[in-house]
Amino acid sequence: MGLIFKNETYRDDFTFSNSREAVWRFPFPFHEDKYMYVVNIEPHVPGPKGTVYEFPIDIDEHYVSDMRDRALVLQEDPLRCQSLPHMITAEWDLVELLMTSMANDFPDHFTLTRDGDNWHWVNRPMGIEQTFVFGDISTLPYRPMEYITRQCQGDFCLLDQRDGNLWMDAGVVTSQADWSLDFDVGMNFMEWHAPVPLAHERGVFDRALKFLLNLQQGRPVRRLNWTMTINPRLDTSPENYHKWGTDRTTVTPQNVGEKVHLRVEMQGLWRLPRSNAIVFSIRAYLINMNDIATIPKWRRRLHRVLKTLPPEIGGYKGLTRYQQTTIDWLSKFDDGATTSPGCGPE
Amino acid sequence: MLAPGIKSRPVYPGLTADLAAKHNLISAEADGAAAVLDMAKTVTPDFFQRSTILYCSAGSAGKIYEQALRDLKPNALWVFPTLATALFRLRGTIATLTMGTRLYAAGTEPFIGSVIQEAIAAGIDFKSVITEHRGSAKRRVQCVHCKGFTEDVTTNPVVCAHCGLNLLVRDHYSRRLGAFQGVCIDAEVPGELPETEDLYK
Repeated sequence: MGLIFKNETYRDDFTFSNSREAVWRFPFPFHEDKYMYVVNIEPHVPGPKGTVYEFPIDIDEHYVSDMRDRALVLQEDPLRCQSLPHMITAEWDLVELLMTSMANDFPDHFTLTRDGDNWHWVNRPMGIEQTFVFGDISTLPYRPMEYITRQCQGDFCLLDQRDGNLWMDAGVVTSQADWSLDFDVGMNFMEWHAPVPLAHERGVFDRALKFLLNLQQGRPVRRLNWTMTINPRLDTSPENYHKWGTDRTTVTPQNVGEKVHLRVEMQGLWRLPRSNAIVFSIRAYLINMNDIATIPKWRRRLHRVLKTLPPEIGGYKGLTRYQQTTIDWLSKFDDGATTSPGCGPE
Repeated sequence: MLAPGIKSRPVYPGLTADLAAKHNLISAEADGAAAVLDMAKTVTPDFFQRSTILYCSAGSAGKIYEQALRDLKPNALWVFPTLATALFRLRGTIATLTMGTRLYAAGTEPFIGSVIQEAIAAGIDFKSVITEHRGSAKRRVQCVHCKGFTEDVTTNPVVCAHCGLNLLVRDHYSRRLGAFQGVCIDAEVPGELPETEDLYK
C-alpha cells in the first residue's frame, strides 16, 4: 500500500490541506459533547485498517512535507533538539523502535536490513540510504535521536526513569503547542506539567505518573490531547510566539473555515529495552473548520465542546481571542441533534 | 517568605544543620547570612569548626553580617563582593569536596538557583542541598525568544535586557537554567500591555 506524499507548506503561504481520506481518519478527540482533563490513557494496540491507530507509528500523506518543516526549524534553531549526555543509550533504543516499526508497517517506503550491529536503512520517500553500525555514533551523520527523528513524523521526548519519577532528558520538538523543550529539558514529570491548569488539583498527573512508571516493554500506551491553531502552522513554539502570535487576531467570521484548525496530538509512550527510558511521542494532526463541518457529528460536538469549555482551559490553550467567533461559525451547523457516543465520524 | 508557586518552582524549606556531615559548605548571600545566624542558635560551636562559609555580601547591605559570621568561628569564612566572584570560588571548591560534605544555600532565589546549578554541574543531587530564601523576591528571567537572562527582575511584565521584547514573567521555573520563563506578553497585539506591577520586590 503505497502512500502518495503531498508537497505542501506549514508556513508563509500555508498550502497544507487534508485529502478526503485524511479527514475521515482524523483522530477526533472528543468522545462526548464536553471536555475536561482526565487520565485518558489506553493501550496503544493496532486499530482498524486505515485509521491513525493501524500501526504503532503512523506515516501519512503529509510525511515528506512534515520532515521538510522540521529541517527548516532545526536549521533556524538547533536547540529544538537536545539530549543530556546520559541519554545516548535511549537514543539508540529510539532508532531501533522507529526504524523497525516504519520498515515493518510501510515496506513500500522503508527497508531495514540488520546483520548483527551492521544496519542498512533505506528511506525511499526522502531518498536516504544509510549503512551504519548500531551503537557507533561515528557512523551516522547526526546523533542517533536527531538522525531518526528527522525522518519520522511527530515530536519525540526521551524520559529517563529514576527516583520514582520521569525526567525529560532528551527530545526533538519542532511542532509543539507552545511549550519549550529548551526550558523544560531536565525537568521531572510534575515540573514540566506545572503550567497546566486544573489537572494537578484533580490528581491527573499523580495517577498518570504512577501508571507510566510501571509501563512495560512491548505494551505501549497512547492518549489524545488537543488545542487549536490559527493557520496550519506546525511550529507554534514559544520561541517564535512573537512571530506567530498575531495570527490569533486575524480570525473573522468570513475566514474561520480556512484559518481555524483543530490540532490533535496523538501521544504514544513506549518502554525502551536497553535504557529503561520511555519514548514520549507527540504526533500532531491538523484539520480546518471547513473539513470538520463536512462531518455532521464532529461539527455538532466541537461546537458544544467549545461552548462549554472551562475558561481556564481555553485561556491556557490560547483560544480566547477567536473562541467566540469560532463558536458562532460552528453554531450554524449544530441542529441540536443527539450525538452518538465515541469519537468516530458516526 | 515567597508566595507558593507552581510545581516546577523549588521550595526552600529553610536551613537546618546536618549534624552527621563531616564538613559543611555554607553559601549565603546578603540577608541569607541571617538564616545562617539563626541556624547557629540550634547547634553547638563545634558545628562551625566543621564548616566553611562562603558569603556574598552583594553590596553594602551585606557588610553588617560579616562580623557576626566571623564570630561563629567557622573553619573558614570567605567574603566576596558579587555573585560572579562568589560562584567562581564555589565552583573551584565544589570540585575538591570530599564525601560527607553537606552544601547549604541561603539568600535570594537567583542566588540559590546559581548554587544549585553549580552543584548539579558537579554531580551533586540537587535535593541534597539545604536551602532557605531570604531577602528580595527578585527573579532571574530567561527570555524564551532570544534566550537571554535578565537579572534582578522585580516587575511583571519586564523588558528583556537583551532583545527588548516585553516579557510576561511566568511562574514556570527551570532548575537547569536557574531562571523563570519570560514570554512576549504583547505578541498577539504588539503594544497592548497590562500595567507593570512590582510583584517581586
